[in-house]
Amino acid sequence: MAPAVDNNPGMSYERTQTARTVDSGFKWVTTIFAFGIVVTLLAIALQVGIDAFPAIQKFGLSFFTGVRWNPVEDIYGAWTQIYGTLVTAFIALLIAVPIGVGVAIILSEDFLPSKVQQPLVFLVELLAAIPSVVFGLWGIFVLAPFLQGPMTWLHQTFGWIPLFSTPPTGRGIYIAAIILSIMILPIISSISRDSLVGVNPSLRQAAYGLGATRWETLFQVIIPTAISGIIGGVMLALGRAMGETMAVTMLIGNANRPSPSLFAQGSTISALLANQFAEASGLQVAALMYAALILFGLTLLVNVLAEVVVRKVEIKKL
Amino acid sequence: MTSQEFPASLAKGRSLERAVTSKTIFSNVMTGLVFACALLALIPLFALLFYVISKGAVRLSPQLFTQLPPPPFPRDSPQFSSGGFGNAIVGTFMTVGLGSLISIPFGIFAAIYLSEFARDTKFANGINFFTNVLSGVPSIVMGVFAYSLIVLATRSYSAMAAGFALAVLMLPTIVRTSAEALEAVPSNLRQASVGLGASSYQTVLKVILPAAIPAIVTGIILAIARAAGETAPIIFTALFSNFWNWDPWRPTATLSVLVYNFAITPFANWQELAWAASLVLITLVLFANVLARWIIRKR
Repeated sequence: MAPAVDNNPGMSYERTQTARTVDSGFKWVTTIFAFGIVVTLLAIALQVGIDAFPAIQKFGLSFFTGVRWNPVEDIYGAWTQIYGTLVTAFIALLIAVPIGVGVAIILSEDFLPSKVQQPLVFLVELLAAIPSVVFGLWGIFVLAPFLQGPMTWLHQTFGWIPLFSTPPTGRGIYIAAIILSIMILPIISSISRDSLVGVNPSLRQAAYGLGATRWETLFQVIIPTAISGIIGGVMLALGRAMGETMAVTMLIGNANRPSPSLFAQGSTISALLANQFAEASGLQVAALMYAALILFGLTLLVNVLAEVVVRKVEIKKL
Repeated sequence: MTSQEFPASLAKGRSLERAVTSKTIFSNVMTGLVFACALLALIPLFALLFYVISKGAVRLSPQLFTQLPPPPFPRDSPQFSSGGFGNAIVGTFMTVGLGSLISIPFGIFAAIYLSEFARDTKFANGINFFTNVLSGVPSIVMGVFAYSLIVLATRSYSAMAAGFALAVLMLPTIVRTSAEALEAVPSNLRQASVGLGASSYQTVLKVILPAAIPAIVTGIILAIARAAGETAPIIFTALFSNFWNWDPWRPTATLSVLVYNFAITPFANWQELAWAASLVLITLVLFANVLARWIIRKR
């Protein structure tokens, strides 16, 4: 058999040198941009770390436990803010996880006709798209006055429990946590819904065939199968709750002392940054950078864990 | 033998109807609970939309878009309803525009690499991992990054610094949605293009990218809508300004920072402006989401 390629130069299948250079150049440009994502993430860590260095050097690990944040005397400790970050995020999860998973079940089972279900999915997604600062505004003028009555009752009735020991004002840890729970709910419900929908339908059919009710099937088959996706979603929500800034800054009260009471005013790392960065100078900037680095580390840890969990799910699906 | 002779005691146990047992009660209670959850999730959404629309509409007028923020006035002052936030609208467009200008080309090129040159390789997996981690970095940390990189270097708060922070914020969304869009383009298009003698950049730019454009645009719209509402990375990068500003290297007002600054003051006319600015922001977000949905459905 004769080779298909002839030697006519006009019919050459070879590319010219320029065409090849352009081609590989194009590939290299895209490679550089793709690698740019990695560089960006590393640059954030490095830049913030370098700027935080004077504070790291001066305060070391005592920064984590110190409760004084005093720009006048240049003494900085971020325990109040770290505590506030963890507590608000934890309470927000406590509220949002059951409700979010409940919503995910409604949106993944066939309780509702799909004509009702689809708009519902859209509405929950919309909740995620509302800007944080608008939640803050609504929290100040609508949610805070609304909660004042019930929370005062809680304080008067259960005031002997340290958690409710101070009288509620319109600002405090409790309201920041509640607004956070509203904000992270869509993340939990949409990721949980994705993993519930992703469960192989033959598992459900088998369970129904064995006589299981819908809820037995959910609790013993569907949810256990989807659990790692749900956990991944919850962890992403935790990361979001810890880093959320505006609504929390507007509602937590920005007090600089830790209190066991949920009604007390507090602060979070992000609220501290939002409040003080614009007017900071000298060592205070370094201390704020140190706080930002801690926040970065916390969210990074949570997100990497979430990513690992979610990846495991994807591998299982294949 | 007729059915009447069949022992009633046996027939009862074989009924296909479920009897009312603890099992069915549990099911009904759980169903009630999840419906309550859905209701509980929707109440804040509707309450928020209701208040933003009703309180924001009070001040809605063309002057909002053309005038500068007023000084605080008492409620009985004749000037109580004067002023607007035209400069903040310009500033929002400027910061989000700068952010888009940086992040869109960056993101699309990175997505082209992930989808066309490195699909399913370990390197691409690694970059996907970093993209997801980057999207989890709190927006305020991006503000801190921009502050340290641009504000400290230029010794001035600027729209450019805010645009840079927003670009970092938008990047992961754009990379992810664009890569998904490119990967969804059927591979016979690629084969046909290469078969006709197109080089890889011709294939990507003239065949694959045009086919994926609607989905990429959807991702970009959602990223822009999110960036327009972001406040945390802007309060100490663009800061704020009470005047018109067209220079990207100077402090600039934005809608979101205006909402924050005015909401926490005791002045009623400023609070009203904060509600009106929220209404503008929410309208933008709603519009973007509906538009994105419409583009997806049209395909």
